[in-house]
Amino acid sequence: MKKALFTVLSCLLALTVSACGSSGQSQSTSGNDSSNGAAAPAESSAPAKEKYVFGTDATYPPFEFEKDGKYVGIDIDLLNAIAEAEGFEIEIKPMDFKGIIPGITSKQLDGAAAGISITDERKQVIDFSEPYYQAGLSLVVRADNETIKNPEDLKGKTIAIKKGTTGAKFAEELAQKYGAEIKYFDDSPAMFQEVVNGNADVTLEDYPVVSYKIAVDPNSNLKIVGDRLNGDYYGIGVAKGNEELLKKINDGLKKVQESGKYDEIIKTYLGEQK
Amino acid sequence: MKSSWQVIVDALPILAKGLLVTIEITVLALIIALIIGLFIGLMNTARTKILRSIGTVYIDIIRGTPLLVQIFIIYFGIPYALDFQIDEFVAGIAAISLNASAYLAEIFRAGIQSVDGGQMEAARSLGLTRGQAMRLVVLPQAVRRMIPAFVNQAIVSMKDTSLLTVIGIRELTNSGEIIISGNYRFFEIWITVAVFYFVFIHLLTLFSRYLEKRLAN
Repeated sequence: MKKALFTVLSCLLALTVSACGSSGQSQSTSGNDSSNGAAAPAESSAPAKEKYVFGTDATYPPFEFEKDGKYVGIDIDLLNAIAEAEGFEIEIKPMDFKGIIPGITSKQLDGAAAGISITDERKQVIDFSEPYYQAGLSLVVRADNETIKNPEDLKGKTIAIKKGTTGAKFAEELAQKYGAEIKYFDDSPAMFQEVVNGNADVTLEDYPVVSYKIAVDPNSNLKIVGDRLNGDYYGIGVAKGNEELLKKINDGLKKVQESGKYDEIIKTYLGEQK
Repeated sequence: MKSSWQVIVDALPILAKGLLVTIEITVLALIIALIIGLFIGLMNTARTKILRSIGTVYIDIIRGTPLLVQIFIIYFGIPYALDFQIDEFVAGIAAISLNASAYLAEIFRAGIQSVDGGQMEAARSLGLTRGQAMRLVVLPQAVRRMIPAFVNQAIVSMKDTSLLTVIGIRELTNSGEIIISGNYRFFEIWITVAVFYFVFIHLLTLFSRYLEKRLAN
């Protein structure tokens, strides 16, 4: 009995070790691919393409979200179109938004497309592509809320926001100015749920994201109040100093915009609205 | 660019506030968990089969689901389904204490069963009721043996409170994340957060060793 158990266990161990070994191997080859591109082994007939790792917020429709097991959305499609136009490969890494900029600065990521608003603070730690979309923040409340119409009504209210976002920064300023309280969350669904459940009165989110949510989910129980609070532009983030990738992205973005592919992508997700 | 020391010094007051919240939640949750855990643990050593089954089901359900999922269910799920509001602290303490109580129940059960059966029989033959025998004879001996396991659970629960960051409680981990999302100094801040946890948990460990020594005599 003991012997049989031992045999089974050692088989399992051998399997794990060999599996680890082979996965380690494949990792190191792909590492070579990206580091010396053209010097890839001769057996692959097609020239090896550069491969870049891009971070993205996992739960941010319509810019990035999962559909039928695949990541889709404006940012994802745009990245793919740019990569195709410029002839490089991308790997998408979905994560919490707050992990994205640290991911780029610590070189875990080569870049990121995650509806990242271009701000001066962020420009100090990462580089940005040319702007590709104008978003802007909106106040969002529960559908039955009649007390909050504009930022002045925030006195004594609770604002739910997502860590590391321009919305968070804006809310911190509003909170100081009007005396509101802030609760920080990791992703947009948690933040919206907080408002729907009534634990927070209001949230700040980029206009296209909320309007998309309300459009595709009639039971969202949320509404947008007032005008957009600012006019931030989204840019694709790139690790500081990676001029090569930044140039490729800017060139690719231009090509994609000129070919009409950009408008096509926007239309796919947002319809006619801008 | 600010120096590392400056970054840490600036972060200290916010992190200290976060640590206080962490300690507060840990202490309150553990007190509640001890009460529920003792109750369930006693149920599991009861002679009635129905009581034992209830205790087992409770432990199995809680031990069989991840704490993070329990937090989401308590804070976002149930209030949404039943349309009521729950304070995040109440939800956080509920989640941590329910979770810890299942493990504590097992610690209590093991502790009670580790006391020789002759103790209960001797106490009963002296005329004590079963309840009195449990309270006055068995439990005092059991609790002494449970201290290391109990401290272990206290440490685990304290670290578990870091998961409460997902429901917006500004405990130590969340405070660290909030600072980092503003200054992107993840190395300095995470190291400081780790030191905060370590120091407090180490104090707890030292206290437990002292307690064990004292009770050993």
